[in-house]
Amino acid sequence: MSSNDKALLEVKNLKKYFYVSGGVLKAVDDVSFAIKKGQTLGLVGESGCGKSTTGRTIIGLYEPTGGEIIFDGEKVNHLTYDGRKKFARRAQMIFQDPYASLNPRMTVGDIIGEGIDIHELYTGKERMERIYELLDMVGLNREHANRFPHEFSGGQRQRIGIARAMAIEPEFIIADEPISALDVSIQAQIVNLLMNLQQEKGLTYLFIAHDLSMVRHISDNVAVMYLGMIVEMTNSVELYANPLHPYTQALLSAVPIPDPKVEKKRERIILEGDVPSPINPPSGCRFRTRCKYAMDICKEQTPSLREVSNGHFVACHLFS
Amino acid sequence: MGKKEVLLEVKNLEYSFDTYAGEVKAVRGVSFEVYKGEALAIVGESGCGKSVTMHAVMKLNPEPPGRLKGGKIIFDGKDITNYTDKEMQTIRGSEIGMIFQDPMTSLNPTMTIGKQIAEVILKHQDVAKAEAMKRAKEMLDIVGIPNADKRIHQYPHEFSGGMRQRAMIAIALALRPKLLIADEPTTALDVTIQAQILDLMKDLQKQFNTSIIIITHDLGVVADIADRVVVMYAGKIVERGTIDEIFYHPQHPYTWGLLRSVPRLDAKKKDRLVPIIGTPPDLFAPPIGCPFAARCDYAMKICYEAPPEETCESDTHNVTCWLKHPYAPKVTNPFEMGVAADE
Repeated sequence: MSSNDKALLEVKNLKKYFYVSGGVLKAVDDVSFAIKKGQTLGLVGESGCGKSTTGRTIIGLYEPTGGEIIFDGEKVNHLTYDGRKKFARRAQMIFQDPYASLNPRMTVGDIIGEGIDIHELYTGKERMERIYELLDMVGLNREHANRFPHEFSGGQRQRIGIARAMAIEPEFIIADEPISALDVSIQAQIVNLLMNLQQEKGLTYLFIAHDLSMVRHISDNVAVMYLGMIVEMTNSVELYANPLHPYTQALLSAVPIPDPKVEKKRERIILEGDVPSPINPPSGCRFRTRCKYAMDICKEQTPSLREVSNGHFVACHLFS
Repeated sequence: MGKKEVLLEVKNLEYSFDTYAGEVKAVRGVSFEVYKGEALAIVGESGCGKSVTMHAVMKLNPEPPGRLKGGKIIFDGKDITNYTDKEMQTIRGSEIGMIFQDPMTSLNPTMTIGKQIAEVILKHQDVAKAEAMKRAKEMLDIVGIPNADKRIHQYPHEFSGGMRQRAMIAIALALRPKLLIADEPTTALDVTIQAQILDLMKDLQKQFNTSIIIITHDLGVVADIADRVVVMYAGKIVERGTIDEIFYHPQHPYTWGLLRSVPRLDAKKKDRLVPIIGTPPDLFAPPIGCPFAARCDYAMKICYEAPPEETCESDTHNVTCWLKHPYAPKVTNPFEMGVAADE
């Protein structure tokens, strides 16, 4: 990958395999990317493509099977307890399901304060002040600190999740489908909040989602995953204006646009069939079974991710 | 207009749930109609009553706690408002088919797909089992499931999400119903699979001249499939009209907000999203005035005090908003609808 000069996070040949009864499930297979400080990388793909596993492996919820995760120049996979704690101070995660990711027996204040306690940042009155400050920051009231998660709506809960992640002033946040459980009018609220926080605090985001319109909106760069691999990666304007990989093209054309006149005129690329099982995936290019341009070479060789134009990476034999 | 035949008419429907905490007024006076051969989309956010309305039409809400408080449901010329469960069984499946959001939980995991399709046919028609199975196989062909011969003997867990939804559609359309109700049919599916299913639904609609009611929160899906749109908010219809009227000449501030809060994949530049502030009202004690008033940028005093009446914008376009009152200040949609708005 180019431009690792100011990259805050660098992922090199990351692999995460799960050993299941049917064989080896290669959830993430040789994924590499870098995110520069203050930028957002969007990771998109359909269910089962390994985008969440990638995020979870980076943050340390899974132990990687292979590859390296380099955060601010330091390797952060296989950390000791202290090393992990130091890394957690700087990198946090926001989860998809705001109902399952908050402890129902803890008050909102304690949920937000837990990170502050673990990292021993503030105590007593200062701690409470910090919690109030965080509640204000995410658009909730101070009185909410004494309430329990079940008293809040989905959007409010996601705000609590964001406040918890922000509590220890991280530099890097992995947001795993942070808005997909929310209603449309609330999604925009949360996305705006995330973008404001990024501007104010200079945060770096890895934004994982399947909603391509939202990813385009929030990201500087976008990586498209299919069956555990990145098939295309470039800046978000270029990706949507000039998608090169047949899968990216199909994915983009499948998203309905909320404009009937545009929608009636659009030619849609309909992919045949379903995503193959990630256990024993197709040989060579994993997309070849659904690709209308598939050639003989696609069966034999796995295409590598290569730069075809400035900053535009594609893993497809059509471009090699 | 006069030529279109009405297939389903819902008049002033009111539906509540009696809970320990009190009465939840889920649907509060909803009226709309569906014409033969058209696709009507009901849009709104979770809890706005869109599913409850359609489940009330099908009598699928558990009663109690559910309770039909008032209104009329007329299907194909028959008043089905007070139909008993037994009478409903003659309509469900044969005249109105329904598909749901989650195809895994709506299929029976212990029965083969073929038997589940044949069951509908056997229930309503006097045919032999072998004949029903033959028609089940044909249905799988129609909905685009390859190897139908083998597939009819398989169980739901052997199908992928998209294939299960196809199987659901096969069951729903096995008896060529006049109306297909699709409750968030693609919400649980990936976009490429969603595109397949929407395509299939449009194809079958043309082929069988079925009317479709699609319940969804995705405005992209609406733009793709619907002819007319009903926008619901907090148990009431705030606006209804043809697809062009709703997308290019929306009149209600809630519709404006909905259209503005979604980013577009084909947008030329990335504008900031404009969210609708706040959250929907509590339906235990719905506001006496307009339900949207508390979140509305243009709310006036009257909006909090009395509910607005539905007004006609055109033959096909109705709005329920105090801004339409002759004495109200003139407010126009602050949001321009992209490229197509210029045409």
